[in-house]
Amino acid sequence: MSEVHKNFMELSFASRSENESFARVAVASFISQLDPTMEELTDIKTVVSEAVTNAVIHGYEEKTDGVITIRTYMEGHKVSIEIVDQGLGIDNVDEARQPLYTSKPELERSGMGFTIMENFMDEVTVESQAGQGTKIQLVKHLKTHQQTIQH
Amino acid sequence: MGLYVDVARRRSVLIVRLSGELDHHTATQVRQRLENELSKEIDTNLVLNLEDLTFMDSSGLGVVLGRYRQISQLGGQMAVCSVQPSIHRLFEMSGLFKVFSFYENEEQAIQACGVAS
Repeated sequence: MSEVHKNFMELSFASRSENESFARVAVASFISQLDPTMEELTDIKTVVSEAVTNAVIHGYEEKTDGVITIRTYMEGHKVSIEIVDQGLGIDNVDEARQPLYTSKPELERSGMGFTIMENFMDEVTVESQAGQGTKIQLVKHLKTHQQTIQH
Repeated sequence: MGLYVDVARRRSVLIVRLSGELDHHTATQVRQRLENELSKEIDTNLVLNLEDLTFMDSSGLGVVLGRYRQISQLGGQMAVCSVQPSIHRLFEMSGLFKVFSFYENEEQAIQACGVAS
C-alpha cells in the first residue's frame, strides 16, 4: 500500500467582504485534488464562507485592515481547515454557537453560521479570546476516493 | 461570479430573479435594491426566483428573512421558487421552510400570491 496522501496550503488576505468568495473558491480548488463529490465541495465552500464572514463582520467589525489566514491540511481523505483572525474575539463561544443567535440583529444576520458549520462538517472547534482573535477549526472526512491519489 | 438581480412586475407581484452567488458581500446589494423597489409601494407581494442562484450561505438566509418581514409588514405575501438542492438544505436547516411558501416554478409562485385573475 502506498503511504497516506498529505498536503497543505496557507493563504492570508485582507478582511474585505469581496474576499469571502475568493476564500471559498481557493479552498474548494485545493480540495478538488481529493476528487470530492459536488455535495462535499458545496459543503466546504459554504462553511469557509461562514467562517470568513464571521471574521469580517464580528472579528474585525467590517474594518478592512485586518488579516484573515486560512490553513488547509489534507491527510488521506481527512480535510482540516483553520480560519484564523486577530480580531475582537468572542466573549461567549457557547452562546455564539446557538442556532439563530446573533450579536448583530440590526445587520439582518440569520444567526445560522455556526449551525451550518456543525451540520456540514464532522468536527467544529472554536478557540477565542477577547481582544486576541478567533481560530475556527473545521474537519471533514470525505467519503470518496480515499487512497487513489497518485504520487 | 458576483450576483445579478433582475426585477419584473406582474399586477401586484414584484418578481425578483437572483443569479450568481448570494453571500455577505452581495447581500447588501440585494437588500438595497429590494428595499428600494418595495418602498415604491406598487407591489404588495414578492416572488423570489432562485433558479440561477448557484451559491448561498447564512447571509442569504438573513436577507431573504429580512424581505419576508418587510413584505409581511406591508400586508403582502412572499413566495420562493425554483430552489436548487444545496440551497434547499439551508432553508430546511434554518426552519425557514415552515415560515414561507416554496414552489417548483415561478408561475406557481405567482399564482400562489393570489393574482390568478
